[in-house]
Amino acid sequence: MLNRIKYYFKTFLLIELLQGLAVTWRHLWAPKITVQYPDEKTPQSPRFRGLHALRRYPSGEERCIGCKLCEAVCPAMAITIETAQRADGTRRTTRYDIDLTKCIFCGFCEEACPVDAIVETRIFEYHGEKRGDLYYTKDMLLAVGDKYEAQIAEDKAADAKYR
Amino acid sequence: MPVITIDDKEIEVAAGSTVMDAAREAGIYIPHFCYHKKLSIAASCRMCLVEVAKAPKPLPACATPVADGMVVRTHSDYAIAAQKGVMEFLLINHPLDCPVCDQGGECLLQDIAMGYGGVASRYAEPKRVVQEKDLGPLIATDMTRCIHCSRCVRFGQEIAGIMELGMPGRGEHTEVMPFLERQVASEVSGNVIDLCPVGALTSKPFRFSARPWELSRRRAVSPHDGLGANLAVHVKGDRVYRATPLDNEAVNECWLADRDRYSYQAIDSDDRLLAPMVRDGGQWLAVDWRQALAQAAGALKVIRDTHGGDAIGFVASPRQTVEELHLFQKLARALGSESIDSRLERADFTGRRDGVEWLGMPVADLGDLDRCLLIGSSVRKEQPLIAQRLRQAVKKGAQLSVLHCADDDLLCKVAGKLIGRPSELVGLLAQVAGAVAAGAPAVPVSAAAQAIADSLKSGGRKAVLLGAVAQQHPAASQLHALAQGIAQATGATLGFLIDAADQVGAGVVNCRPGQGGANAAAMFSQPKKAYVILGAEPELEAADSAQARQALDAAELVIVLNPFRAAADYADVMLPIAAYAESAGSFVNMEGRLQTFRAAVAPRGAARPAWKVLRVLGNQFDLPGFDQDSAEQVLAEALPEGEATIRARLGNGIDGVTVALPATAANAIERLGETPIYQLDAYTRRAPALQASIDGQAGQCAAASAALIARLGLAAGKPVKIRLGGAETVLRLLRDDGLPDGVVRVPGSLAAASRLGARYAEISLEKM
Repeated sequence: MLNRIKYYFKTFLLIELLQGLAVTWRHLWAPKITVQYPDEKTPQSPRFRGLHALRRYPSGEERCIGCKLCEAVCPAMAITIETAQRADGTRRTTRYDIDLTKCIFCGFCEEACPVDAIVETRIFEYHGEKRGDLYYTKDMLLAVGDKYEAQIAEDKAADAKYR
Repeated sequence: MPVITIDDKEIEVAAGSTVMDAAREAGIYIPHFCYHKKLSIAASCRMCLVEVAKAPKPLPACATPVADGMVVRTHSDYAIAAQKGVMEFLLINHPLDCPVCDQGGECLLQDIAMGYGGVASRYAEPKRVVQEKDLGPLIATDMTRCIHCSRCVRFGQEIAGIMELGMPGRGEHTEVMPFLERQVASEVSGNVIDLCPVGALTSKPFRFSARPWELSRRRAVSPHDGLGANLAVHVKGDRVYRATPLDNEAVNECWLADRDRYSYQAIDSDDRLLAPMVRDGGQWLAVDWRQALAQAAGALKVIRDTHGGDAIGFVASPRQTVEELHLFQKLARALGSESIDSRLERADFTGRRDGVEWLGMPVADLGDLDRCLLIGSSVRKEQPLIAQRLRQAVKKGAQLSVLHCADDDLLCKVAGKLIGRPSELVGLLAQVAGAVAAGAPAVPVSAAAQAIADSLKSGGRKAVLLGAVAQQHPAASQLHALAQGIAQATGATLGFLIDAADQVGAGVVNCRPGQGGANAAAMFSQPKKAYVILGAEPELEAADSAQARQALDAAELVIVLNPFRAAADYADVMLPIAAYAESAGSFVNMEGRLQTFRAAVAPRGAARPAWKVLRVLGNQFDLPGFDQDSAEQVLAEALPEGEATIRARLGNGIDGVTVALPATAANAIERLGETPIYQLDAYTRRAPALQASIDGQAGQCAAASAALIARLGLAAGKPVKIRLGGAETVLRLLRDDGLPDGVVRVPGSLAAASRLGARYAEISLEKM
């Protein structure tokens, strides 16, 4: 009986509307948390998993030894590797492709790599106009690595004590 | 028989067996490295330490004989602690380079270290580094990884018969190495790759090309010698990456000859024919299948209508499948030709044979022979794994006698030897035949022949085996008849060491000349108007290669079905067919065993399985009975009762041969034209690793004894001009003191020597 009376008054006194407006009013004066991307950016963890890169040693020698552990661990089967013996007798890849349209950015490849060759950088702002544009070959991955090596090395060093 | 308790399981085992045998019987796994079921016991790795009640120390299971009432615990804390201790020592010097090691993923040490190894090494001192060894083009080494199990060394001593690898040095200085920095030359050397529990010995052609977990294993049968070794072909995508043995105690045990292991390289050869080709004037045009088949059939129809069906010769390689050979002879007979043959290397077809020539006994029985006479067989190079079986028989006390044109080292004790020039073989065998027969011999018998005869007259299980030289010999039928006489007189089994994977199958499906048809030799000596060639390269493989080439050049029409571009010089139509491992089918091996397999990879380019090509070719002529949909259907038609059909058609008897001893010129130099081990067939000829090996290189050279080289004023290692009849060629001359005076090995089936022609004939040598 009492509930019915309460409901009767609510229907024409617009209490709920005023409650709602109160929330709006409160937030109008509250400090803003929206990040104005792309003018502003959120902070990133050194473990951020973005675009992949293949790294080199300071000597310029590519790190990857073609063990194919990343290919084996990749749950999306996004990595394709072919290996051969290089003229100096070492095991090297002749093909190292990552299909970023398949990749789920789980970071397993990075975990599996025994020589820290394949890494995921902080880069997440990249695009392709065609599907094929997101098929990264070895040269493209090495180029990413060369360009961001300083950042990658810093991130690896920051994370080293937890690994 | 002693009863022992292993892990609370009571089992009865044969007296004299070891704890390891008992555990295997009980289905209990004991970790091990140096133990191998086919090799002697070394007990050098100590990984199989187990706890034996009342023993003061843990004992190695592989070297501890069982005793009645023994109580063994393989997984007690005590045993595990001992095994973990051993593992830690084994890992001290083993490099942690699994990511770049080809064995990674199929490594015994890696697997067992997962169970018994520590998380981290306590060893902080410098690790040992061992210098690499050059073992030739087949085996890659990473000797730092070696854990000194000595399996490879024991394999050389016990199975291969030649100790090419040794283990000098002590303690940390122990190294496995070839003696005097020589390469490994054994024809079964590749088996050390399978034996090596770590990545110290790996396959060189396979090196770094794939990882084991990516490869799927498909069953295949080796297409080379008549043994039909069982292979696992390792495949990724549509490429064959390597071949390893499949255990089959009745055929190849757990071994493979290098030929079986490395010939997969030919599948990806640049020489593959990738599209049907027709000759247009002097040019080769790649066309589609419809056009190529229509053109082939049209041209064959013209020949048949103008000259009759018998103007077409049908030549098949004995390394095609039973299904293909069945359809091939069916097509030939439907077109009215009885000139069908697959015995290209044979020269002599006289006499009446009562069946398809075969080994005469199961392959597995070769290891249990008491007496054996090998006639005209370089068995080590012809059938490396048969040689291995005979070696085991000799080790058990068998007497092996040899009658041959070369005193090759069989790597085992040889009881009696008769070595002579090819033309003298019949005479030598007649001496043995005379000596075993009752009554006075027809020919004077030498002491050596008498010794062989005496050996054959004693003993229980006996065999007289005819090898490739005896089968290719110009008087092969006489040798056959004499061998039959010897076998009958001594109670031995007469057998043929077949040198092609499906030669028996070809005979069983009647890929043989019929009434009025020409055999392989006659087809080229009296040329046909047209030839259809399946898989074979007669210009290399025929008994008289020069004559075959002439006949093919002169023919109006040559249609070639081949996986390779072999026939571009003389063919008119080339149809690409699937290579081995690309086609389903069956082989019948030399003991009459039917081995069926499926395709492991898709054929290259536009190539199609040969049985499909032949079937559609049959359709082009509107012939009945060419409507099979699968290889199984063709097989069911070819061999309706499977092995029973095969057995009913086998037989080694011969009659209608008169033995006439040829007069031989005393000073004549004769060619020994056997096929070298890696020139055997189209696949081995196109496998670069095999050609680069020591046997492969030697197979491209002529060879003579030092005495003959000196007598003729030649120099070993230098090129020499060889004349046979009107033809001549130049080959490098090697020294081989196993050859008797008057015999020069000038390989057959070799492109450089193919213009010489006859394989066993008088030749002359000239200094360059």
